[in-house]
Amino acid sequence: MIAALIGLPLLGATVLLLGGRRTNAWGHFLAVAMSAASFLLGTFMFMQMAGKSEEEREVGQHLFDWISVGAFQVPFGLHLDQLSIVFVLLITGVGTLIHIYSIGYMEHDPNRRRFFAYLNLFVAAMLLLILADNYLLLYVGWEGVGLASYLLISFYQQKPSAATAGKKAFIVNRVGDVGLSLAIILMFVTFGTVTFDGVNAAAESGNSSTITWIGLALLLAACGKSAQFPLQSWLLDAMEGPTPVSALIHAATMVTAGVYLIVRAHAIFDLSETARTAVVIVGAITLLLGAFIGTAKDDIKKGLAGSTMSQIGYMVLAAGLGPVGYVFAIFHLLTHGMFKAGLFLGAGSVMHGMHDDVNMRHYGALRTMMKITYATFGLGFLAIIGVPPFAGFWSKDEIIYVAFSQSFIIGLATLLGAGVTAFYMTRMMAMTFFGEARWQDDVHPHESSAVMTIPMIVLAVGSVFGGMAMLFVGDIEHWLEPVTGFAKPEHSVSHSVLIPVTLTVVLGGAVLAWLRYGRRPVPVEAPTNVSFLTKAARADAYGDSINEALLMRPGQYLTRSLIWFDSKAIDGLVNGMAAAIGGLSARARRLQNGYVRSYALTMLGGAVLIALVLLLVRL
Amino acid sequence: MNPNNYLILAAILFTIGVYGVLVRRNAIIVFMSVELMLNAANLAFVAAARNTGTLDGVVVAFFVMVVAAAEVVVGLAIIVTIFRTRRSASIDEASLMKY
Repeated sequence: MIAALIGLPLLGATVLLLGGRRTNAWGHFLAVAMSAASFLLGTFMFMQMAGKSEEEREVGQHLFDWISVGAFQVPFGLHLDQLSIVFVLLITGVGTLIHIYSIGYMEHDPNRRRFFAYLNLFVAAMLLLILADNYLLLYVGWEGVGLASYLLISFYQQKPSAATAGKKAFIVNRVGDVGLSLAIILMFVTFGTVTFDGVNAAAESGNSSTITWIGLALLLAACGKSAQFPLQSWLLDAMEGPTPVSALIHAATMVTAGVYLIVRAHAIFDLSETARTAVVIVGAITLLLGAFIGTAKDDIKKGLAGSTMSQIGYMVLAAGLGPVGYVFAIFHLLTHGMFKAGLFLGAGSVMHGMHDDVNMRHYGALRTMMKITYATFGLGFLAIIGVPPFAGFWSKDEIIYVAFSQSFIIGLATLLGAGVTAFYMTRMMAMTFFGEARWQDDVHPHESSAVMTIPMIVLAVGSVFGGMAMLFVGDIEHWLEPVTGFAKPEHSVSHSVLIPVTLTVVLGGAVLAWLRYGRRPVPVEAPTNVSFLTKAARADAYGDSINEALLMRPGQYLTRSLIWFDSKAIDGLVNGMAAAIGGLSARARRLQNGYVRSYALTMLGGAVLIALVLLLVRL
Repeated sequence: MNPNNYLILAAILFTIGVYGVLVRRNAIIVFMSVELMLNAANLAFVAAARNTGTLDGVVVAFFVMVVAAAEVVVGLAIIVTIFRTRRSASIDEASLMKY
């Protein structure tokens, strides 16, 4: 049953990739059907799980013994619990909507079949990641989504920028993957097992420094996959991929895998204060950095990418707060998955109507031309900035509340992040849908077809009601409690103080942005005489330059000097020895001159020498 | 007669043989010089045997004779073959087997 969840989209991907051009005509329908079937199956299993009592909800499926070498036993086992099932619903649900949306978005693309095959492959890999019952199998899914992400970022492979962005994402992710493999190796060495149950049970007995190192290695892995500081630089370039990909992979699901990993490994983080602190710091830095980058981007997708980084920063921060935060990290992950996917699909719809122009300075006044996109994007906007009662309010407010209970500074960072979020999102709204039209000459904006707007509407509904539904109907805190643990923060600023303060900050950010970009006309060309901070934000906070100066250039110097050393010193030594021996033997060869008499003389010389030696030694 | 004289004679004959091998070019002469060296050694063996009153040296001399006879057969056959193909018995001309 559980295997079928993964198997259906995997089957779709296989048929589409092996079937080739023959499947061009109906390939996208197959992909949608597979994804939808997986969603229906997931929903059915969710219903089944909800019907059971709390102790019986966790189910496993042992498929076969995968690796069995001496003490190293890894089963190919799947495992469905309260945490996995919400991910299943998010991935297949949002995934199916985005599949449907892509039918319209990719309609004129000659490689549409390949696109759908990769989407199916992604869904399958992501499901494997969250359904695995051990870290090694999780790693397989982890690499699978990385592969799908790479293939889809560089989907427009004829564009050199897209090809480069794909490679960049792949390479930066490798750095994180080193962390995950180190963590798995450490777990096996320390606990002798890599299954979730085994590690959770044995974690208590491990020594604290090892636990901390495992936690830090897991954090590195999460940083790579979830684009957290200092491995954040790939996410902004990843926007080179088609917009549905940005919505599904680089907003709703894959980039949140790092949060899943941290929450899944909570047994490790519960025991290590140091690792948790590191997680919180990484989250806090990223949430501010992402928001900061988002404020100055003119590219609508890159603006949203900065926002994604920032929101995942919130989740990572919450996950780092321990049992008081795990539940809210997942809660924010789920609401974010809905409203951010909706926002990205909205951005895609705008681009679709604007000849794939992503520059917001060429937009403006689109609310009259694209009513549905405007409405759905607007609802997503209200959700992300955290206006009650939209989805983002419930989850973000809880994170801010929990953050204040642990540390005033961290709380302040989350509060500031909420304000900046309101600023950049209002800026985006104002530049896209309000103000005067700044359209390029040959652009005629139009609303997208129903196949694209319906998924947007569904996601907008999720952005409105998703938070309330999960909190009040689903009771997410107690739903996840058996898996992640849950604790009420002991003392914090009370909600009645915090909510008005948060809303004031959010309103402040929004008003500020409105005064700058809504009331005043937006120049078509980006102004160049701007402050240092704006320049920094436009350049992704110099993330690439820092990587280049700190890693790439020294790396190149190192490589070059190694090549020099190799060709001069090592090769020189080996070749020199060969040349010396060759030269010597060329000379020694001359002794063989073919004259019997000279050989006889040599013999005589030898005989005399031996005789002399014998005489000298004997006497 | 002083037995040392035999040894001196043997040394003189051996030296003549060495000289012949080193300086002559005709293969037959070189061969004869080799034989001269062998016989010089035989003479030294026999003289030594006579000196000590044992038979060991004499036995070795017989062995040397047999070996020399066999060697002559093979060696002369080679020289004759070389002479037939090259119309010359010069050992310096037959110097193809070199570097």
